[in-house]
Amino acid sequence: MSLDAKIPQGPLAEKWSKHKFNLKLVNPANKRKYDVIVVGTGLAGASAAASLAELGYNVKSFCFQDSPRRAHSIAAQGGINAAKNYQNDGDSVYRLFYDTIKGGDYRAREGNVYRLAEVSVNIIDQCVAQGVPFAREYGGLLDNRSFGGSQVSRTFYARGQTGQQLLLGAFSALNRQINLGKVKMYTRTEMLDVVIIDGHAKGIVTRNLITGAIETHSGHAVLLATGGYGNVFYLSTNAIGSNVTAAWRAHKRGAYFANPCYTQIHPTCIPVTGDHQSKLTLMSESLRNDGRVWAPKTKEIAEKLRKKEITAAQVKEDERDYFLERKYPSFGNLVPRDVASRNAKEMADEGKGVGTSGLAVYLDFAEAIERMGEDTVRAKYGNLFDMYYQITDENPYKQPMRIYPAVHYTMGGLWVDYNLSTNVPGLYAMGECNFSDHGANRLGASALMQGLSDGYFVIPYTLGDYLATIGPKPVDKNHPAFEKTKQDVIAYNNKLLALKGNKTVVEYHRELGHIMWEYCGMARTAEGLTKAKAMIKALKADFWKNAILTGENDEVNAALERAGRVADFIELGELMVTDALNRNESCGGHFRLESQTEEGEALRDDENYAYVAAWEFRGEDQEEVLHKEELVFENVKLTQRSYK
Amino acid sequence: MSQGNMNLTLKVWRQKNSQTSGKFVTYKAEGISPDMSFLEMLDVVNESLTRKGDEPIYFDHDCREGICGSCSLYINGRPHGPKRAITTCQLHMRSFSDGETITIEPWRSAAFPVIKDLGTDRSAFDRIQQAGGFISVNTGGAQDANAILIPKVVADEAFNSATCIQCGACVAACKNASAMLFVSAKITQLGLLPQGQPERYSRVQSMVAQMDAEGFGNCTNTGACEAECPKEITLMNIGRMNNDYYSAKLFREERAHEHTGGEN
Ligand SMILES: Cc1cc2nc3c(=O)[nH]c(=O)nc-3n(C[C@H](O)[C@H](O)[C@H](O)COP(=O)(O)OP(=O)(O)OC[C@H]3O[C@@H](n4cnc5c(N)ncnc54)[C@H](O)[C@@H]3O)c2cc1C
Ligand code: SF4
Ligand code: FES
Repeated sequence: MSLDAKIPQGPLAEKWSKHKFNLKLVNPANKRKYDVIVVGTGLAGASAAASLAELGYNVKSFCFQDSPRRAHSIAAQGGINAAKNYQNDGDSVYRLFYDTIKGGDYRAREGNVYRLAEVSVNIIDQCVAQGVPFAREYGGLLDNRSFGGSQVSRTFYARGQTGQQLLLGAFSALNRQINLGKVKMYTRTEMLDVVIIDGHAKGIVTRNLITGAIETHSGHAVLLATGGYGNVFYLSTNAIGSNVTAAWRAHKRGAYFANPCYTQIHPTCIPVTGDHQSKLTLMSESLRNDGRVWAPKTKEIAEKLRKKEITAAQVKEDERDYFLERKYPSFGNLVPRDVASRNAKEMADEGKGVGTSGLAVYLDFAEAIERMGEDTVRAKYGNLFDMYYQITDENPYKQPMRIYPAVHYTMGGLWVDYNLSTNVPGLYAMGECNFSDHGANRLGASALMQGLSDGYFVIPYTLGDYLATIGPKPVDKNHPAFEKTKQDVIAYNNKLLALKGNKTVVEYHRELGHIMWEYCGMARTAEGLTKAKAMIKALKADFWKNAILTGENDEVNAALERAGRVADFIELGELMVTDALNRNESCGGHFRLESQTEEGEALRDDENYAYVAAWEFRGEDQEEVLHKEELVFENVKLTQRSYK
Repeated sequence: MSQGNMNLTLKVWRQKNSQTSGKFVTYKAEGISPDMSFLEMLDVVNESLTRKGDEPIYFDHDCREGICGSCSLYINGRPHGPKRAITTCQLHMRSFSDGETITIEPWRSAAFPVIKDLGTDRSAFDRIQQAGGFISVNTGGAQDANAILIPKVVADEAFNSATCIQCGACVAACKNASAMLFVSAKITQLGLLPQGQPERYSRVQSMVAQMDAEGFGNCTNTGACEAECPKEITLMNIGRMNNDYYSAKLFREERAHEHTGGEN
C-alpha cells in the first residue's frame, strides 16, 4: 500500500486555503444524520468534539477520567505558541514554520507545519473569546514570553497553568454542546478496540469502568485524540493514566504507527531520586528564560556537592560551568530541548552531576533574584517554585533547583495524512496521538498549539470531505463485525484476568521502563537496541505467564485497566526499539551514538533517512513491515542544525 | 523499592461498590520513605496486597502534580490531608511521623456517592457547568484577541478564580455539603471578564438552579471550604456570586429565559 500524504499542490502559503476550498461540504440539513465518535477529551478531543457538534454533527465523546476536564492536557504548564507578532520582534507565520521545521530536525512535513503556524493565530483569538484568562500587560494587551528553540517572544501563557486554562476553555465549549444535546458524553469509559467494516472504521468497543460492561458504539467516523505514550518508560512527566491502548489497538487493526522511536526528553524535570517515584514532575521550560543552568567545573567540586560537604552557594563563580551559555552563545539557556538534555547528560556522564545521585545539574535563580527582585520572580514562577519545594523539601529562592532530563512527549504516533486521516478510511488521529507536525523533536509550547489546531480548525473541514463521500446512510449496528470485535475484547480481558502468577503488573511496567530508558532513551546504539529487543520479547512472554491480576471484570477494577495498558506498552516498546534500530542516523530526540558530529551534535543522514517510518502490523509475534513516506522539502534547505 | 524507615498503620475505608455498605480495614504500611508522596505510599501498600491476591485499595488519581483534581482523600478528618493549599498527590510522607496511625476516607457528601473504596462520583459538578458555565461562542471567526482589552488586575483576579481544579474538597469540608465555593469560582471568572458579560445573569441563575437540583446544601458562611481548598479560592467568590444572583433575581429575571437550549 502506498502512503499518500495528500499534501495539496501549490505554494506553501496557499496550500491550506486552496485545500479548504476544494474539500467537499456536507449539506447543513444532512449533518445531523452523521454520528461521529471522538475518543479523548484533551485539547485535541474536546476542541474537535465541540467544533463538530457546533457544525451540527451528532458527537459521542469518550474519556476514561471521571470528567473530561481531567484529561492530561490539564497539566501543561509553560504556554502556547502563536505567530501573532504582537511584540513586533520579527515574528511571522513563516518564522514559526521555519523554527518548527528546523527544531524537528527536518523530519516533519512542510505542508503540515506551515498550516500549523498559519492557524496558530486563530487559536489565541478563539481561546480569548471563550474567556481563557491569559496573562496581560498593564495596558490590557496580551503578554508573551519566549521558549526554548526560539529567539522571539511568541508564547502566550496563563501563569504556569496554560494547559489547565486552555482545556477549561475547550471543556466549556464541550459543556455547551452537551447542554444543547449535540454531544453525548461518556466518562469513565475506556476504548479497547475499533470496529472495522469493509475496510472503514465504523465504531468502537468500550469498557464501562464502573460496571465493567463491554459495549459497542457506532459512528460514521472514529476520531482518536488519546494522547501520547511517554509512559512506556514507566517514569515520565505524563499523568499516570496516559497510555497507548487506543492507538495500539487501532494499529493492530491496520492503522500504521509512524516514527515510534521519536521521544522527547525534557531537560528541566525534578530528578529521579530512588525507586519510590511513580512519575517525574516537569518544571516548565520557561524557567530557562531567567534561570541559568550550570554544573561545577571539576569532578572534585561535584563530589563535594554530592556528599553535601559544601552547598551550591559556596561554589565560586569561576568554578561554575554555565555550559549552555558557553557552548551555544546565541541561544544560551534557551537551546531546544534535545540539545539541553544531551548536555545535562554529558555533565553527569563526566562525573560533574550534582544531588545525591549525581544525576542532576543546577538551575539557578540567584542572579535573576538580584536583577528583578524576589517579588518579580515570585510573580512569574511562584507556583513552579512552590511545586519544587513541595516535592524536594528544598527552597529554590535560597538554593538552586536540581534538574535533570525526563521523558516528556512522544513525537511518534498513528500515521495520518494532511487530512488527519490514518490509512484506515474513517479513522482519524489528532493531537499527540498522531505523528504529524513535530518531526524528530518538538519545540516548547507547540503541542498545545497542535492539539487545538487539529481540533478547532483542521478536522472540522477535513472530516466533512470524507463524510460527504460516504453519505449519511446509517451505520448497520447489526453487522457481525460489532459482535465479533466485542467478543475479541472480552476474550482478551478474560485472558488477563486469568493471570494468577506472582509478579504484579506494576513490576512489569517498571522493568519495561528500565529497559527503554537504558537502551532507547537519551542515547541509543545498535548493540543496545538489539539487546533491548530480546529483553522485551522475554518480558512479554514472562508477563503472559507470571503476572498476577486481582478482581473481576464486572466491577471497578484498576488492576485490569492497568494490565491492559502495560501489555500494550510492552508491544509498543518492541516496535520503538525496532524503529530506533532501523533509523541509523541521529535526528532531534533520537540520538544514535554512532551518528554524531565532531562537536557531539545529532548527525542526520538525509540521503537515506529523510522519510517517515510507518509500520504495519502483520499479526502476533511477526515482524512489523516498514513503509516509507519520503519527505519533500521545497521551501527550506536542509542544514546541520546549529544553535551556536 | 527504595526503602525508607517509616512504619505506619492505615485505617482505610473499604467499600465494594455503591450498593454495599463499607467499613474500615487496618493495614500496615512499612518501609515508607519520607520522600514518597501519599499516593506513592498507597501504591506500595497496593503492591503488597496484590502480591497476596487481595484487592488493592481503589482511589482516584491521574496527574499526580496537583492540577487535574482527581485525587480526593479525606485524611485524618481533613480533605487532602493536614497541609494547607495542596492536594493529596502533593502531600509527602515527611508530613507524618513514624509509627503514626492515619485514617483515610472518601469525600463525605450525599451529592458525591462512593463508587468504590475511596473513589466517589463527582459528576454533579460537571452537570452544573453544563447548565451554563461557559461563554457561548462558536469556533472560527473570533475577533483579534487584542481587540478585547482586559486590565491586568481584572485578568489576574479572573485567573485566581479560574484556578479551581474541581476537586470537591470544598463540598467535603462543608458541614452542609455546599458547593458554593466551586460554583462561585466559575461564575466569578466568567463574570469578571468582558467576554462573560452577555450571559452573566442568566448564567448565575441556571448554575445555581442546577446546584440546588443536585442536592448540595446551603452556605452558612462557616468558611471550612476556603480553609481546605487546595487552590486557595476565597469566600469573596461566594459574595460575588450572591451579588450577581440577587441582581439577576431582582432586576434581570427576564434575561434568564433567554438562555435556552435547543438546536444550534
Ligand atoms: C507536565 C507537562 C507539561 C506540558 N507543558 C506543555 C506546554 O507548556 N506547552 C505545550 O505546548 N505542551 C505541553 N505539554 C504537552 C501537551 O500537554 C500534550 O502534548 C497535549 O496536552 C496532549 O493533548 P491531547 O489532546 O493530544 O491528549 P491528552 O490531553 O493526553 O488527552 C488524552 C485523552 O484521551 C483519553 N483517552 C486516552 N486513551 C483512552 C482510551 N483508551 N479510551 C478512552 N479515552 C482515552 C483520556 O481520557 C484523555 O481525555 C506538556 C506535557 C506535560 C506532560
Ligand atoms: S473551590 Fe477549591 S476545593 Fe472546591 S473544587 Fe475548586 S479547587 Fe477544589
Ligand atoms: S492526581 Fe491530579 S490533582 Fe492529585
